[in-house]
Amino acid sequence: MREPLIQFKNVFKRFGDNHVLNGTDLSIYKGEITTIIGKSGGGKSVLLKHIIGLLEQDSGTILFEGRPVSDMKKAERKALKRKCSYMFQGTALFDSLTIYENIALPLKETTSLSDSEINRRVRDKMDQLDLHGIDDKYPSQLSGGMKKRVALARALVTDPEIILFDEPTTGLDPIRKKAVHEMISDYQQKFGFTGVVVSHDIPDIFHISQRVAMLNDGRILFEGNPVQLAQASDPDVKEFIQGLYINDGN
Amino acid sequence: MLRLSILISPITALGRGATFIVQEMGRIAMFFLRSFALIFSRPFQINKTTQQIYFIGAKSVFVICLTGAFTGMVLGLQGYYTLVKFGSTGFLGAAVALSLIRELGPVLTAIMVTGRAGSAMAAEVGIMRISEEIDALETMDINPLRFLVSPKLAAALISMPLLTALFDVVGILGGYLTGSLLLGISPGVYFMRIETSVIMDDVTGGFIKSVVFAVVIVTICCFQGYFTHTRAEGFGAKGVSLSTTSAVVISCVLILITDYVLTSFLL
Ligand SMILES: Nc1ncnc2c1ncn2[C@@H]1O[C@H](COP(=O)(O)OP(=O)(O)O)[C@@H](O)[C@H]1O
Ligand SMILES: [Mg+2]
Repeated sequence: MREPLIQFKNVFKRFGDNHVLNGTDLSIYKGEITTIIGKSGGGKSVLLKHIIGLLEQDSGTILFEGRPVSDMKKAERKALKRKCSYMFQGTALFDSLTIYENIALPLKETTSLSDSEINRRVRDKMDQLDLHGIDDKYPSQLSGGMKKRVALARALVTDPEIILFDEPTTGLDPIRKKAVHEMISDYQQKFGFTGVVVSHDIPDIFHISQRVAMLNDGRILFEGNPVQLAQASDPDVKEFIQGLYINDGN
Repeated sequence: MLRLSILISPITALGRGATFIVQEMGRIAMFFLRSFALIFSRPFQINKTTQQIYFIGAKSVFVICLTGAFTGMVLGLQGYYTLVKFGSTGFLGAAVALSLIRELGPVLTAIMVTGRAGSAMAAEVGIMRISEEIDALETMDINPLRFLVSPKLAAALISMPLLTALFDVVGILGGYLTGSLLLGISPGVYFMRIETSVIMDDVTGGFIKSVVFAVVIVTICCFQGYFTHTRAEGFGAKGVSLSTTSAVVISCVLILITDYVLTSFLL
């Protein structure tokens, strides 16, 4: 049995009376893309935020390489954070910075790279994501889909080992959706990062993911590869998948 | 049992309120201390601080001149009509200059800066909080206090004393305008009285006040914006509007309270 890179063990989280995670168990393996599916408002973003430490669980354990994150020292957590990158559902781009400055920000603030090297890396990502001629624009001047791609560029620019994508393709047109999926998959093959993707793009997202986890009522209802998911006999899982297929239309 | 709880509940409520206030003050103090310490962490954020000096300082010059001039003018009028009863209008210069340098300059400058820059800071930081920009900074391992608050704090510490000095000077000229040009006190007497009555301690006191007010404004306004999401009453745009309002109200109240405390120490 191989060891998971990140593991949730019986994690609980509530906001007031709103119980969001109810004993979540989840394993994420190194070098794989794990997709998390589930209803809107079901706690998928909350789950991702626990991985990167933006939220802390009420009880339960989150392990990184077999060690509880809560036991780690500050410096270790910092090192862990540096390995990760998070693409926010609502993009979270800086309104007062230009697109170029937004993408360059993590390199500028956390590395000692020269300006020309930063420029090269930012250009590289912008070219790959088809972001041309918008250097000096501000996020509010871009369309929703364009902003998503800028957020993706910002998440990728530090070449992280672990990337958490919160609905990277929601709101994109089918062609761009496909491009983003391809980009994630190409990158993954090239650099072998570990990815966690929250997505509603069923079944497209299954083509690029090695594992699928289904979050329902704060628990992982199903965990396995896409083929196993299609063959799952559990009526709840089946119903859920059917529902998502239907919802996909809107 | 019921009667007992009726008796006890106001006391528990009081206790809860008191502990909440103490905790909140502790959090505000930590917020300030960390932001202040991070001003000196390398590399220095010179560009951002300069931008903030432009925003907090340079862009406030006009409004400070305007309020300073009218404050000085009204002091000239009021002072004249009070002093004329005692036949000592010659002391007008001293009265205007001392009230400006010791009290009105620092306090009114601080209140104008709160209205102009403090409210903007609270709204800016609050919007960054609700749009998850502050979370994004954290995931990128960029310290949000260093990135957002420290440049504002440094800029306010530099700008506020300068703006206060400007307010004082323009106010003294305003007093000259009404006292001498309008009401006929000899300009020589007006300025001579200023020179003989104002001592360095007055100026230092006003300077200390302006520095403390700078700390109060930036800390309170950024703190309110930074914790917008923890408000029970409102999320989103509503939360930001509540943060901005309470930032301005709390800053102004605290400015007046600290002014009293500082004055009682400085006198
Ligand atoms: N910081 C927070 N404070 C209070 N409630 C929250 C917070 N973050 C998320 N929630 C609640 O948790 C639930 C799950 O949200 P989320 O994880 O965003 O769902 P989704 O699966 O659509 O990403 C929602 O009911 C939301 O209101
Ligand atoms: Mg979500």
